[in-house]
Amino acid sequence: MTLDELIPFAESELEEREQYEHEIHVCVSSSCHSSNSEAIKDAIQAEIDAKGMSKTCRVKGVGCMGICAAGPMVAVDPDGVLYEQITPDHAADIVATIDKSPDERLSHPTDTPFFNRQFKIVLENAGKIDPNSIQDYIAADGYTALYKVLNEVMPKGVISRMMRSGLRGRGGAGYPAGLKWSTVAKAKGERKFVICNGDEGDPGAFMDRSIMEADPHRILEGMAIAAYAVGADQGYIYVRAEYPLAIKRLKNAIRQAKKLGFLGDNIFDTPFSFNVDIRLGAGAFVCGEETALIASVEGGRGNPRPRPPYPAAYGLWGYPTLINNAETLANVPSIMRHGAGWFSAIGTEGSKGTKVFALSGRVKNIGLIEVPMGITLREIIFDIGGGIPDGKKFKAVQTGGPSGGCIPEEYLDMPVEYESLKELGSIMGSGGMIVMDETSSMVDVAKYFMEFSMSESCGKCIPCRVGTRQMHDLLDRISKGMGTTHDLHQLEELCDMVQATSLCGLGQSAPNPVVSTLRYFRHEYLELLTDYDPDAAVAADETSEVTQ
Amino acid sequence: MLLRRGEITFPSDDKRWRIVNATMRRHGYRSDGLIETLHSVQEAFGFLDGDALHFVSQSLRVPLSRAYGVATFYHFFNLKPQGEHTCVVCTGTACYIKGAAEIIERIEDAYRVQPGHTSPDGKLSLMTARCVGACGLAPVAVLDGEVAGRLETESALVRVKELVDHDAG
Repeated sequence: MTLDELIPFAESELEEREQYEHEIHVCVSSSCHSSNSEAIKDAIQAEIDAKGMSKTCRVKGVGCMGICAAGPMVAVDPDGVLYEQITPDHAADIVATIDKSPDERLSHPTDTPFFNRQFKIVLENAGKIDPNSIQDYIAADGYTALYKVLNEVMPKGVISRMMRSGLRGRGGAGYPAGLKWSTVAKAKGERKFVICNGDEGDPGAFMDRSIMEADPHRILEGMAIAAYAVGADQGYIYVRAEYPLAIKRLKNAIRQAKKLGFLGDNIFDTPFSFNVDIRLGAGAFVCGEETALIASVEGGRGNPRPRPPYPAAYGLWGYPTLINNAETLANVPSIMRHGAGWFSAIGTEGSKGTKVFALSGRVKNIGLIEVPMGITLREIIFDIGGGIPDGKKFKAVQTGGPSGGCIPEEYLDMPVEYESLKELGSIMGSGGMIVMDETSSMVDVAKYFMEFSMSESCGKCIPCRVGTRQMHDLLDRISKGMGTTHDLHQLEELCDMVQATSLCGLGQSAPNPVVSTLRYFRHEYLELLTDYDPDAAVAADETSEVTQ
Repeated sequence: MLLRRGEITFPSDDKRWRIVNATMRRHGYRSDGLIETLHSVQEAFGFLDGDALHFVSQSLRVPLSRAYGVATFYHFFNLKPQGEHTCVVCTGTACYIKGAAEIIERIEDAYRVQPGHTSPDGKLSLMTARCVGACGLAPVAVLDGEVAGRLETESALVRVKELVDHDAG
């Protein structure tokens, strides 16, 4: 296919769309899907057929609209009406109000900060296009970036564009994507591979899942551009088996892209060939670590290995391998389409672009949001998130999952950036953001994450295998009011030891939730100790203040 | 006993082995298809038993220890058959914050079952999941494959009771 063929393809889809006066969008992503949104879609379609409106109105299943807690969601275009908590019984009410004033009982306000404070790049198509339709993606300018890159830009030019964009890895550590691409491009190897890391193991994170479910072609296009830049001919998408819907849509997308020649041999009649396969994870958090992920793609236990050599030099089956997170790759088509300058103008000095967060916990608007870097945590939680429900008081926000930390109220005005979050003892992580109110005990939260790290430790290195177990047992004792000052000291020592000596990122970051809660909520630990003496603690505080 | 390609004998004449074999064929009987094959066995049979691990390891020519090692490494694989009904309680952070632990405790007491095990009468398997990704509906449980969201301790117990008593009634 050439661009001359691609454009009419998109136009025919747009023309078809113009025949309809209205389009009803039903969210068919996991959260709404599990609340029976397919049945809602069928019910609305049946209602439209019954009313004889099928020539002017069509029903479309779309990806996540963001506000998952209010799901299942239905949107009516172009009226711009959003309906919440819909059941199949509401179908008649919705169809009856098309072109008229919306049904007040069901409608969800769309002029709130939740919608107008967001900035969408990765999620620009989510909630708008049908994830099962390649035509829809092409009509939204899809695959034009790949076409232009293959025909007009040398691989080196693609990499320099990535460098200039300032995009950093969205999986957690924030390594500059352009630099990683350039290392793989320079590495010598008979073959090279590109892997998309969709193994989103952090509890409370569902960004990658939503992207893969809402806009699977965007990931394929990003991967193909990456493969062209680094010289790879084979890609793998590593997805959790717990995400059956994402797997189904990705498989479907791969099939469609192959059929139209966007994947396979001689893409767009150029010498570039690229194939993508899916590899299923099987429930191991450690497989998010790149060397463990490679071991798992090779069909073995997901044990990490020491780095260097980095996968960029020695990766899958020993060949140079580029591993990027799904969200990172989803940014690529937009960067190529709009240019590096456009992208680097968004965000802050050190953190460019936007970040997708999965906002959950004790907050009113639970859901998926995309915000420009540099926004403050307060804006995210209180403006976009709508604050804490039930009149409770905010206590802390947890970012970065089991590798991150808890941030207390006094730092809510810090901008969200890789560096600032690190300074606070947390990390950007992949984007889970869990809000806690005054009812949450921070010792219990630390214990919860330690239990997670303990059971997810692969057991290869001793500091992580034994250290996480010991830390968990100490936390358990303290949380039950049976710990002593000695236990607390031992816990702190272990935090240092496990951080410094573990083999991979899982172990090195496992103590973070403990360290950060000790830093900001130490009194909660102290109050639980059997030999805690409040007077002595006050006296000790005063002396330390004097000496400072 | 190493089998040559095309000489594979199935552990039984159960037709489901053909599905498993098709998965292995798609991966060219290469050892890197091990995880995909185990997924396929679990999908067809519900769990991985000794026969299945023997069959897969021989067909893909990997040591049985490696097949067993992989099967036990990943949480997704079950080595024991499941009860008549399954209740998977999500213990992701959002669900945890909203009281998933209490729901699990109450089910444990009511059905004398530990997470990861099946009740003595074989009626209910209680499992926990790291995160089912429906954080907007927290706390969430998956009852026989259907997601039940916005649970409270009492409503969760009622839903589980409905599930288990379903056959009796």
